[in-house]
Amino acid sequence: MIRVESLAFSYAGAEFHLRIPEFSVEAGERVAVIGPSGSGKTTLLNLLAGILVPQEGQIECAGVRVSSLSDCDRRAFRISRIGFVFQDFQLLDYLNVLDNILHPFRISEALRLTRHVRERAAELGRQMGIEDKLHRRVDHLSQGEKQRVALCRALLPSPGLVLADEATGNLDPRNKEHILELLFASIKAHNATLLAVTHDHDLLPHFDRVVDFSNFRSAA
Amino acid sequence: MIDSLYIAWRYLAFNKARTATLIGCVTLLAVLPLSLDLLLAQSERELRSRAELTPLLLGAKGSALDLVMNGLYFGDEVPELVSMASVSAIDDAGLATPIPLYVRFHAREFPIVGTTIDYVDFRGLEVAQGRLPALLGEAVVGAEVADRLGISAGDSLLSSPETVFDLAGVYPLKMRVTGIMKPSDTPDDRAVFVDVKTTWIVQGLVHGHEDLTRTDDTSVVIERSGANVVASAKLVEYTEITEANIDSFHFHGDPEAYPLTAVVVVPHDDKSATILRGRYLDGETPHQLVVPGEVIDGLLATIFRIKQVLDAVILVVGFATVLALALVFALSIRLRQREIETVFRIGGSRSTIARLLAAEIFIILVASASLSIVVSLIVHHYSGELVRAFFIR
Repeated sequence: MIRVESLAFSYAGAEFHLRIPEFSVEAGERVAVIGPSGSGKTTLLNLLAGILVPQEGQIECAGVRVSSLSDCDRRAFRISRIGFVFQDFQLLDYLNVLDNILHPFRISEALRLTRHVRERAAELGRQMGIEDKLHRRVDHLSQGEKQRVALCRALLPSPGLVLADEATGNLDPRNKEHILELLFASIKAHNATLLAVTHDHDLLPHFDRVVDFSNFRSAA
Repeated sequence: MIDSLYIAWRYLAFNKARTATLIGCVTLLAVLPLSLDLLLAQSERELRSRAELTPLLLGAKGSALDLVMNGLYFGDEVPELVSMASVSAIDDAGLATPIPLYVRFHAREFPIVGTTIDYVDFRGLEVAQGRLPALLGEAVVGAEVADRLGISAGDSLLSSPETVFDLAGVYPLKMRVTGIMKPSDTPDDRAVFVDVKTTWIVQGLVHGHEDLTRTDDTSVVIERSGANVVASAKLVEYTEITEANIDSFHFHGDPEAYPLTAVVVVPHDDKSATILRGRYLDGETPHQLVVPGEVIDGLLATIFRIKQVLDAVILVVGFATVLALALVFALSIRLRQREIETVFRIGGSRSTIARLLAAEIFIILVASASLSIVVSLIVHHYSGELVRAFFIR
């Protein structure tokens, strides 16, 4: 599913350098990425999603060489093949729950907002237990409910790869377990691959594999 | 594009105060010059049409503009007065028909226009209800007066005292309304028409009271000497003219010396007009005979010069507003950095952001344009009333 070879990346003008000689994730695998802050975990997610472009090396996701795609193709690839879940949910206050879930379909020409998509959004909402809140404003939701909305948004395009950047970091222990269960169930149901950055070592037993990122960063 | 418009609309609906402010600013920017143009065009039409229908206007020397504004539009500024003798002089010359005007007093906020029946014929006014005044103390009111005061033929109307604190002044006269004029969309709609003698009663120059030759009340009669009787302040003057007391109303002094604010002069022909104008060019005459159209042309020229300055001011203010709006949008982009980052991360591009912002601007412009059209239509619909209420008075 994911193949990374001889990857090198640094931010312009910064001392940060990320080097990954080799890294791979198999299809359907649930991988946790751990490491100290600043070790490049989020940078890796951004590189895999094509938000950042490596200076050296190759990134291949679902058979597509992401690092060789044009800007436009990278965006189309990202929106149609990758689901992103963020620690702070990144929902839009001015849209209701359903509109937040449908947002990727409204901003990208790579996705078409059809009746079927709307029905799937409602079904995802039902699966996540927020079917009665689809027309509510997101600022009226609890933290757990917000993350469920963010999960629905990430899963609606049926992505092959879900990237979660500390998706449970803002949740209380009870919600944390529940959201993780929902995430794993959805990943399994969609036959997707999960790469999740986390600082929470209690969650690691739930994953198939854990990658420690401390080894990948090198000083300038 | 429809999706972008939908998201933009949701954003604008969520931020109601900001959206309303932006729409308000853009609407004002469009409506101000547009309304100004509409009102000025309407003012020009109203001023010109009435001025062109009034061939000549006689008044005392002084401000020709005050004379025209009072004589044609019943403005609040009272010009220097002329006397009834000036009407006789025009009449005696046999070159024109003089129509006296005495526009100095008010009933409620509406001007009382003292004139003769000739004025009604001259302006082509028609009575919608009742009849024209035939007796002293009778009045016929314009359509707007009747509408605003809710009066009809048979009701009465009090003249307003010149100043509230004038305790020694003349009592308000209770006038009987004998008719309502048809609407004419001119200042005549806002006038209370009475015979010119009635205005002199309002002023106290003509009055009626109990017959002093027949009273023995010593507290009223101070002194009798022949035909002259001196009365005390206890003598009550009539404040309403009725069939019973109408005969007691009488003039003091020479009626030829009684005041007028202007005389509408309707020459029999162009030659008569020229001769009359020549007569009143004399530097020693206390009168001026003006062509209202020329006076109004001068006024409009001044107004349009001022409008040019206003246009320039609006242009500068508009430019500043556009800059402020651009700044608001630029700042909102910074404030919405997190949202923009989300859009980028889930697959949006710069063009997505540009499209969303363009959609927001488009909605604001469409809303402002719609609002501007509505406001302009309202201004256009009421331009006549607005002009008469605020500009021509």
